Amino acid sequence: MAKAPKKSAKTAANASSKTSTSDDFALSALQDAHIKAGAYDASDEEKLALYEQMLLIRRFEEKAGQLYGLGLIGGFCHLYIGQEAVAIGLQSALNNDRDSVITGYRDHGHMLAYGIDPNVIMAELTGRQAGISKGKGGSMHMFSTEHKFYGGHGIVGAQVSLGGGLALAHKYKEDGGLCLAYFGDGAANQGQVYETFNMAALWNLPIVFVVENNQYAMGTAVTRSSAETEFYRRGAAFRIPGMDVDGMDVLQVRGAAEIAFEHVRGGNGPVLIECNTYRYRGHSMSDPAKYRSREEVQEKRDTQDPIEGMKKMLMESGTSEADLKALDKAIRARVAASADFAETSPEPEPSELYTDILVEKY
Amino acid sequence: MAIELKMPALSPTMEEGTLAKWLKAEGDAIAPGDIIAEIETDKATMEFEAIDEGTLGKIMIAEGTENVPVGTVIAMMHGEGDEASSDTPAPAPTLAAAPEPAPTPAPAAQAAPQASQPKSDPSVPEGTSFTSTPVREALRDAMAEEMRRDDRVFVMGEEVAEYQGAYKVTQGLLDEFGPKRVIDTPITEYGFAGIGTGAAMGGLRPIVEFMTFNFAMQAIDHIINSAAKTNYMSGGQMRCPIVFRGPNGAATRVGAQHSQNYGPWYASVPGLIVIAPFDAADAKGLMKAAIRCEDPVVFLENELVYGRSFDVPDLDDHVLPIGKARIMREGADVTIVSYSIGVGLALEAAETLAGEGIDAEVIDLRTLRPLDTATVLESLKKTNRIVIAEEGWPTCSIASEIIAVCMEQGFDDLDAPVMRVCNEDVPLPYAANLEKLALIDADRIVTATKAVCYKS
Repeated sequence: MAKAPKKSAKTAANASSKTSTSDDFALSALQDAHIKAGAYDASDEEKLALYEQMLLIRRFEEKAGQLYGLGLIGGFCHLYIGQEAVAIGLQSALNNDRDSVITGYRDHGHMLAYGIDPNVIMAELTGRQAGISKGKGGSMHMFSTEHKFYGGHGIVGAQVSLGGGLALAHKYKEDGGLCLAYFGDGAANQGQVYETFNMAALWNLPIVFVVENNQYAMGTAVTRSSAETEFYRRGAAFRIPGMDVDGMDVLQVRGAAEIAFEHVRGGNGPVLIECNTYRYRGHSMSDPAKYRSREEVQEKRDTQDPIEGMKKMLMESGTSEADLKALDKAIRARVAASADFAETSPEPEPSELYTDILVEKY
Repeated sequence: MAIELKMPALSPTMEEGTLAKWLKAEGDAIAPGDIIAEIETDKATMEFEAIDEGTLGKIMIAEGTENVPVGTVIAMMHGEGDEASSDTPAPAPTLAAAPEPAPTPAPAAQAAPQASQPKSDPSVPEGTSFTSTPVREALRDAMAEEMRRDDRVFVMGEEVAEYQGAYKVTQGLLDEFGPKRVIDTPITEYGFAGIGTGAAMGGLRPIVEFMTFNFAMQAIDHIINSAAKTNYMSGGQMRCPIVFRGPNGAATRVGAQHSQNYGPWYASVPGLIVIAPFDAADAKGLMKAAIRCEDPVVFLENELVYGRSFDVPDLDDHVLPIGKARIMREGADVTIVSYSIGVGLALEAAETLAGEGIDAEVIDLRTLRPLDTATVLESLKKTNRIVIAEEGWPTCSIASEIIAVCMEQGFDDLDAPVMRVCNEDVPLPYAANLEKLALIDADRIVTATKAVCYKS
């Protein structure tokens, strides 16, 4: 191979094709579009489907909480109750043949949003062979490569740079896909998040960063941990447009998703969405949540619950209460069946201890 | 007064260079700051700057001369009033860059005696011809061959593309494969290690270069928590075929933060493959294997070995098995186990020992995880004595691990306690004399080997 020239003639070979200047960069362009477009205009059928998906997550998580109390689920178990509209609103807008999703340890809801069989999720929570990770991952470490769901990661913030890599792979392979990378308001203070923002913007990667701001990083309120609590603004230093979204309203989330995904699919680089949401339960099952009042939680449930909100909308557009009750009953039965499955399935064979460490033999 | 202009040391590891170009002619007036010549080091082409005023006298080393040792007088310079013909040696060196020859890094490692030519590798067919190749080029060739073979393979890291590699290991790759596949990253190790790992999960075959493994400590979370564990945690669903590579271990005079052997750290992690080759043939064959591997690989190179040339087989596709040690020198009396730069020292020690009637076998582990314990134990069965030579700290080392293996599985074959020869258990000091004292050398291996043979 020839000796390298002293100074390469190529300039900014790695830089994105983006040549925007400060004049044509509008941090608020997508936010403005979101405010203008408002909620997603869903058909009655779509509304019912979104309601059903959110309700499945709610009932599944309630059951998981029960099983934890019974000692059937161990370790850390982070419930998604209250945040259902975020995963459902966003993931209902994905193209599942192309797009990928990655999240942190509060991952049950994101898997259910894909329609992944609740049995294999619940069986993973109980640590059984039939679990989606053969019982070797647990609540925080679940994956479905079939659905392009890349976990399920236990290290706060790690999924953000991994998501950057998934986006790089989409771009490299030119498969038209985007990566949806979720993280919490707690992870939003990790350095690697900003390292990833920088490279994602620099390389124009197809990625949507989603801050699920549930107001508490474990026990620390956002105001006690974050100098800038408007997380959607935190991409500004990297020229990443932000969107501030009501994460308790599935149609608002879906509306924002449509705008963000179109922007990213158009080759315009990353978007940062902040979904303002609320978790009703503790950070994990072992969290007594003494850092907030019962009244605060109750007030959110009474006034902003995403499932109740959609239920009201459905009833207003003519769905009968009886039909909704029947749906709830069917979901409860489905979840109860998954709990039975998870409880009665055998534990992994002792020989599984030594499988899946390496792919190849050496 | 005439001043000698000497070949400067322009990098911590430079021992010689090429006088690429004279930019001034004999008789030219020189002002401080003028660029007199261009010198190609082991890493880059550098400008050679004057610090004194005067006239360029006789040019002693012609343009284009290669392998000019550091400290060689390359030209004379005359100050005001000097006779142009005078070539009286100047008492004081005058170049800011480095007036003295750079201390030779680990001098013992540099000159493995000719007689100690490694035993031929059994994985290379008989009758194969060889080409002498520096380790850095062998590594580059391996990457280039694999990139030609598989579109999913790409390289990312700091200065890998336009700069041609901080240590020139990726030289020429940008020209051949373009910026899509040779990606310069910002200085952001945690972030780009995560992006590389995610890209592997997403179906690509990344090669992530760390400028040195010292900086990979910022990224070790992704190497261990994300890359190594995901296959297991996903019940075998999520693969992560990635190579993390870069120089590891002590360089020369760069101080404690830039001089550390991470072999034992990574070798302790289930789910990782850890490779640390010594010579160019193994560097090439194992790098190709690492890139093809379905598992995450930590590939530990050594800066002090990059410039050394070894015979590389002229094969279209020289791929070596991962997890197999290599017997570098057969011997009957005692076994010396080593890896990476330590192998050169072990071979040198073996030569010295041969002169004293001790016939040492030298094993290059090549892969640190999985460890080829069978080869070690087989050799132990033959020699009944074993020494481990490791350029790294002694505590919780590969040496410790080999000792444990010998105790657990080879106890009955031992005629003497196993001994380890490692670096001193201190952060690596900067001062040349202290650095030398801290690092393993061939003499220490000789002493330890004699001790296990009960000879003094």
